[in-house]
Amino acid sequence: MASTIDTPIAGRHVSTRPAGGLGLNRYQNVFTAFVVAAGGYLLGHYIGNVIGSGYVSVQGGGQNDVAIVLALTFGALGWLLGIGALNYPLAKLVGASPEYPPTEGGWMRYFRFSLDHKVVGMQYVIATLLFLFTGGLLAMAIRTELLNPTIHVLGPGTYIAVVGEHGTIMMMMASSLVIGPLGNWLVPLMIGSRRMAFPRVEAFSLWLFTAGYMVILTALPMGGFPTGWTGYAPLQTQAGGGMDSYLVGFAIIGTGMVLAGFNLAATIVTCRAPGMTWGRLPIFVWSVLATAALLVFATPTLICAGLFGILDRTAQTAFYVNEHGGSSFLWENLFWFFGHPEVYIMALPGFGMVGEMLPVFTGKQLFGYKVGAAGMIGVALLSFFVWQHHLFQSGINPDMRPLFMLTTELISIPTGFIFLVGLGTLWKARMRMEPPMLFCLALYFNFLIGGITGVFLSDVPVNVTVHGSFFVLAHFHYTIMGGLVFAFFGGLYYWLPKMTGKTLNRKLSLAHFWVMFIFFNLTFFPLLIVGLLGQPRRVFEYAQRLQPLNDFASVSAYILGASFLIFIANFVWSIWIDPKPAPTNPWGSRGLEWQVPTPVPAYNFEHIPVIVSDPYLYGVPDAPPVADFGGASSPAYAAALAGDTAGDGAARSE
Amino acid sequence: MKRGARIGIFAMLLGIATALVIMTSMAFLRSEPITVDYTTAQPKGQPVHLTLQTVSAIGFGDNPNWVSYLAESPQGKWVHSTLWDLPAHTTIDVTLYQYDSGGPLRNQERGVVQGVKPTLNGKLFSLIDSYKGNGVGHTFSIPRLGINVPLAGVNGNAKNFCNAAPCPLSDAHNTIKFSFTTPGPGQYRWQCFVPCGLGYLYGNGGPMSTLGYMGGFLKVVA
Amino acid sequence: MSTPRRSNDLRTMVTIWLILSAVLDPVYFWVIGPHMPPGTMTDSAAGQQFDINVLVVTALPVVLAVWVYMAYAVINWRASKIPADTPVFVADPKRATRIQVAWILVTAVTVMWAFGFGVYELVVPAGAGGGEGPNPVWTPTSKNILPIQVIGQQWLWTYRYPTFGGFETTQLMIPNNTEIAFHVTSLDVIHDFWAYQLGVKADANPQEDNVAFTHTAQVGRFTVRCDELCGIWHGAMYDYGHIVPKATFYKWATSTEAKLASQTKLLPPFAWIYTPDANGADGGYYPNNVVPYNKTELYSSQHVRITQYGAKNS
Repeated sequence: MASTIDTPIAGRHVSTRPAGGLGLNRYQNVFTAFVVAAGGYLLGHYIGNVIGSGYVSVQGGGQNDVAIVLALTFGALGWLLGIGALNYPLAKLVGASPEYPPTEGGWMRYFRFSLDHKVVGMQYVIATLLFLFTGGLLAMAIRTELLNPTIHVLGPGTYIAVVGEHGTIMMMMASSLVIGPLGNWLVPLMIGSRRMAFPRVEAFSLWLFTAGYMVILTALPMGGFPTGWTGYAPLQTQAGGGMDSYLVGFAIIGTGMVLAGFNLAATIVTCRAPGMTWGRLPIFVWSVLATAALLVFATPTLICAGLFGILDRTAQTAFYVNEHGGSSFLWENLFWFFGHPEVYIMALPGFGMVGEMLPVFTGKQLFGYKVGAAGMIGVALLSFFVWQHHLFQSGINPDMRPLFMLTTELISIPTGFIFLVGLGTLWKARMRMEPPMLFCLALYFNFLIGGITGVFLSDVPVNVTVHGSFFVLAHFHYTIMGGLVFAFFGGLYYWLPKMTGKTLNRKLSLAHFWVMFIFFNLTFFPLLIVGLLGQPRRVFEYAQRLQPLNDFASVSAYILGASFLIFIANFVWSIWIDPKPAPTNPWGSRGLEWQVPTPVPAYNFEHIPVIVSDPYLYGVPDAPPVADFGGASSPAYAAALAGDTAGDGAARSE
Repeated sequence: MKRGARIGIFAMLLGIATALVIMTSMAFLRSEPITVDYTTAQPKGQPVHLTLQTVSAIGFGDNPNWVSYLAESPQGKWVHSTLWDLPAHTTIDVTLYQYDSGGPLRNQERGVVQGVKPTLNGKLFSLIDSYKGNGVGHTFSIPRLGINVPLAGVNGNAKNFCNAAPCPLSDAHNTIKFSFTTPGPGQYRWQCFVPCGLGYLYGNGGPMSTLGYMGGFLKVVA
Repeated sequence: MSTPRRSNDLRTMVTIWLILSAVLDPVYFWVIGPHMPPGTMTDSAAGQQFDINVLVVTALPVVLAVWVYMAYAVINWRASKIPADTPVFVADPKRATRIQVAWILVTAVTVMWAFGFGVYELVVPAGAGGGEGPNPVWTPTSKNILPIQVIGQQWLWTYRYPTFGGFETTQLMIPNNTEIAFHVTSLDVIHDFWAYQLGVKADANPQEDNVAFTHTAQVGRFTVRCDELCGIWHGAMYDYGHIVPKATFYKWATSTEAKLASQTKLLPPFAWIYTPDANGADGGYYPNNVVPYNKTELYSSQHVRITQYGAKNS
């Protein structure tokens, strides 16, 4: 056993394995993926036209949903085939020896199917940023239309399409925003593993994510979908071809989410290094574990609901059509049964990241580590019992209302733990006001508003006033954007020096933060008031008296949008145009990921580290180092094995 | 690579991205139907003549089998558009040629005339019983002005039933005439309230849900 | 490394927080509160306004506590202000546990207060103006209820008055000082009837009778908006209703009933829900309830009865 755990790693990685299978991976990249995807799209369309063109509904409306659904599905499959994500299972299927994608290849490896969790993490960074900026541009279009209550720039159809596209893209993006880039990049490093439990599943979920991005974009040329991101049926069943992009896209993204969740949970449970006990697990890893549980248990509901919707639109089933025996409530319940855990999928990782950064920048131990971890698990559990608070006015059984009011309000108790952890850590601290720290503080400021307005929404009588209004919209922007997106950018400023080996420009980082923070609040606080004053969501016409507030929010939103240009400029300038190498541990962190060289070697750790102390012993005199990297020769290693603290998984990690 | 070269490459890529975004946005805005201008057709204060027709199938474009409204431009050309610039506080004399067939209404309330005094082939009417005759094909309604005019359908089996726009007066049609006065400047939704989007659930998808077919705006300008 | 039991920092924070809360809470409740939406046009609107105000008064000290703490921390506990050789504060584990327990207790008590108050405000004013579905459990005690059916359809509201022969119109008139039961349903997709100033909101679902109660208290105009995305014209699906004196209402209702008699004959018999033809343009909507409309037995609960509403009742 000792020999397996301490195998010298240099040069051991997958690249030295013989190229089995057909050896195709080295020729495959995004360009071949595009070509095969286009072929798949055309093939699917052709098959759909052969099957479905005789339908009465197709003849009447001139719209063949079978062709659209098959085209999108085959296109996505073609994308996976073209990038090489299916080479391994296909080779297994025919009994050929498995194939190992090349790891070398400079910048080109970021455009290929790669099994290195750090490459996948960077690919996720680029993909999620692309998602985020696409959604952001659509938000600018929405605010432009709302500049005037009755004069229209976009027109009602385009406006609804833009609103739906913005919401869906942002929700898809946000459910992977932290889990994808930072979860994949950081978790193995933080728990002392050389890789994820299932590297192929990890890469597969990334390429599904990119396929979902393209599928959801195809809605626009087809006229978009009129339902917003919630996709309520039976409007969903009535809608044009863009609706198929929504359903297929969400099913693809959802599949990727389930796979990513399984993989992260398996990694955290089985791949921890010796000595990485549950009590020493970094708080970010706890948040990822709680999120992984939500991904695995909640998302399948969405995939099934989407499948029902696809069947209603193509095979003329009637899951959601009342007149034929279905129920419009079915979609609402299925969607929100996924949709509310989804909200916490988009909140918990942010909490985890902030918990990770605060001790570093306050120079203190994390306050209430156990309470913080418990809070995340509590939020994850409770999130499955709150979904009907989206349906308070929908006409469901009123008896359920007090119960769902209670569960929803109860969730603010574990959420309060997160605040306790943050505020407790600030007590008598020595705060270093670095960009990541500012983003952490901003999260607490924003999420407080988001959380308190959430309590208002959970109260049924108040909900009668604010349900479905801009108040709701501002509330969840305060939690998702004010929480998760702020935490994400804080995390990028914190970890990018390790991920890229380059130092980010401090002045530009600070400029990005202040513009984003100020104008985020100036955009969404007025929108809270607008909602309270009676403006429903997703409308292109609103009351004349609300124009000043709407215009104020629009102008602020433009500047908020521009703040991301500062980030792009900073990113490109610091990483590529004028790169300055980053020190190994610029922030003085005790995190395991900061103890390895920059750039991080493909195998992460030369010897599997042995964790010897708690992760947050900042400011403790004579605190032991976080881990022993000496391998089998070190005494800590033998002690860890004898104590059998955690690492059975690590022992198996080749 | 030198720093200047990198800046140049980045600026070029940024330019391409910006151009792509602008082009996509423009393509979207252009996908909206054009606006027909009636403001300059008459001297100020004179009644404006608005001539419209409804057809069972537009016959051209991306969705040839969708029902649609068409408007006659001041130059006498039939235009596939539902967006019209109209002068404020002016009488609009509407002449509507209904070429489409009809049937019973989903909601009979839409069979009641509101806000105007229309004539059907020269005869005043205030209510259409959509269970009788050829029923109601479409409505012309401006909710914010309280206007609703049901349009009696023609016989769908007539020999000279019009199947593609624009329909000539020699084809089977009903003529509906009425007048209303435009309010102050603003954009006012008008639409048909008969679920005539065949092949879509509840008949309200497709042409009912796409600007330029069964609904649009009166863009009233000062 | 010493952990002083009574710290000046805490005392300063608590003092600032107490002063701010003691000033801002009353100022909000008595100065801003009475002007908060959705106003006091009906009892449900007034109830929601009171509920919002109570929640704000509860939430304000919580928000202020966090803000005062963070502001104090950011101002005083930054690296530039603290000499580098100052020992790092290490929390006493026992004290930390006590703080955590206290925190949990305080949040739990606040949450249970919000919950209890919310339930009271939901149950007592008969569902607080929200849609209660076809079998409402919180019903008004008044014996005289005026039922109005709200029919959502793409992209228009129409209203039927069953106690006036079931005529259907796009005008929404309701009498003052009256218990109203809105029966909200849809002929196609899901809409949401939001009478903003009335404090009434109920989804319009196809084949579902969603009932919401309110009691009118002031005459005036109110806005009706669709609050559930229903397609392209969702944003334009709004109109205005009026609360008028009872006599005015009675006059309007009886004259409209007479005026629309020929149209009412063409409508399907009044029913709580209807079945539209799902497949397209042709066909009307059909009544779809097992029990025919009955003026006296409206809800499953026995104590609520409906009587023909008229000016004489007032």
